[in-house]
Amino acid sequence: MTREEIRAAVLDAIVAVVPGTRQSDIKDETPIRDQLDMDSMDFINFVVELDERLAVAVPESDYGRLATVNGCIEYLARTLAGGPPPVGSGPAGS
Amino acid sequence: MGEFRMPTLGADMVAGTLTEWYKHPGDVVNRGDIIAAVDTDKGSIDVEVFEDGVLERVVVEEGQKVPVGTLLAVIGSGAGAPAPAAAPSPPAAAAQVPPPTPPSAAAPAAPSPSAAPTAAPLPPAHGVRASPLARRLAADLRVDLTGITGSGPGGAIVKEDVEAAAARGGGDRSARMRRAIAAAMAKSNREIPHFYLATTIDLGAASAWLAQWNAAHPPAERLLPAVLLLKATALALLEFPELNARWEQESLQPAAEVHIGMVTSLRGGGLVIPAVHQVNRRTLPELMREVRELVQRARSGTLRSSDLTDGTVTVTSLGDRGADAVFGVIYPPQTALIGFGTPAERPWVVAGQVVPRQVVTASLAADHRASDGHRGGMFLATIARLLQQPEGL
Repeated sequence: MTREEIRAAVLDAIVAVVPGTRQSDIKDETPIRDQLDMDSMDFINFVVELDERLAVAVPESDYGRLATVNGCIEYLARTLAGGPPPVGSGPAGS
Repeated sequence: MGEFRMPTLGADMVAGTLTEWYKHPGDVVNRGDIIAAVDTDKGSIDVEVFEDGVLERVVVEEGQKVPVGTLLAVIGSGAGAPAPAAAPSPPAAAAQVPPPTPPSAAAPAAPSPSAAPTAAPLPPAHGVRASPLARRLAADLRVDLTGITGSGPGGAIVKEDVEAAAARGGGDRSARMRRAIAAAMAKSNREIPHFYLATTIDLGAASAWLAQWNAAHPPAERLLPAVLLLKATALALLEFPELNARWEQESLQPAAEVHIGMVTSLRGGGLVIPAVHQVNRRTLPELMREVRELVQRARSGTLRSSDLTDGTVTVTSLGDRGADAVFGVIYPPQTALIGFGTPAERPWVVAGQVVPRQVVTASLAADHRASDGHRGGMFLATIARLLQQPEGL
């Protein structure tokens, strides 16, 4: 899966959780929860959407890696490639 | 013969617009069927019927805004032939409703339409004539049709009228919602003698249990901390029935079940308080599913009337990105509101050692007519005790 395909899946997952969001308005570097005012229920639903679209069950301990769209792409790309998740974490996600 | 009336969908509701009949004269209806949609300041609500029978006569037409308690339809045994629907109302004119003052605290938030308070009848409200497309668009854009002058045939509101109103910002639901919340909360603060208590609860055991559960389950089956807090609150309320009650007609009326109204913020501002039913009887996974569905329904504007009328107590939880503590305003005629701040890691003394621990500040806003500080303190201590044994929740 290419990074562009992963990015598309991430954006689709966000829109599924926060209906009415325009994908073009989502900034890749800004924390997703901050820009869309997502609460903890939204975030866990986002993780569920990623699991359904990409078959990646992100462990709770890695939620922080999903803070931004770029963080999601980085994390998911490595996970789908079978490699270790990237080092470092963003804000807690749950 | 039964009377299907405009229900009270919260202490801050005085009137609603009947936007759609899902059943029609002659149709069989069963208890629990959704038979109509009502538009309120807080969104479109599907309204259930609370008896079996046949919809014999529709009294209020689609588009009419009427006060709480107004007869909407007659439910019969089916012995008689259905009467025709009321004649079409004249074209758009602003419905006449009283200013947004909430019903008396003594007025029940009706568990069933038959128990709904009967408000004094207003002068006849005129229906709003609008195309189906305009109605759907108005719901999507949160535009109040009653404030719009139609430009279509016979003065009917058409899609372009709704779009223009939305562009003007007229009829903005969020502004109406704020006014409704303000009225209800001002009345609560004016009439209910609140007292407040707070305590800090060690979430170490609950957090460890939750992490273990979530590590062993796929995302769709994972739990949020809020679910544990809800369950612990419900179990504690069984020991303090005066906090799971209504104060009506100068007396305490304890509730038979624990239905927790869960404060839910809406995108774009405002809030609703749908009820999670029989919280004390549910397993944690069941509660998680119900909370997830309720939040989804609240935010998509598809709440049912029973979601909004059955709450016996209210819980507000700030989640993981709020403040340390919240001291709420009681939702009348309930007698208590329990608040949970944002869980945070803090220094905590365990066996003489300072260790980092996840803690949460739990607060209680209670009606002093129904309870007192001693009982309130014991109640919060009970929640704290229950959270030390999460496997028992």
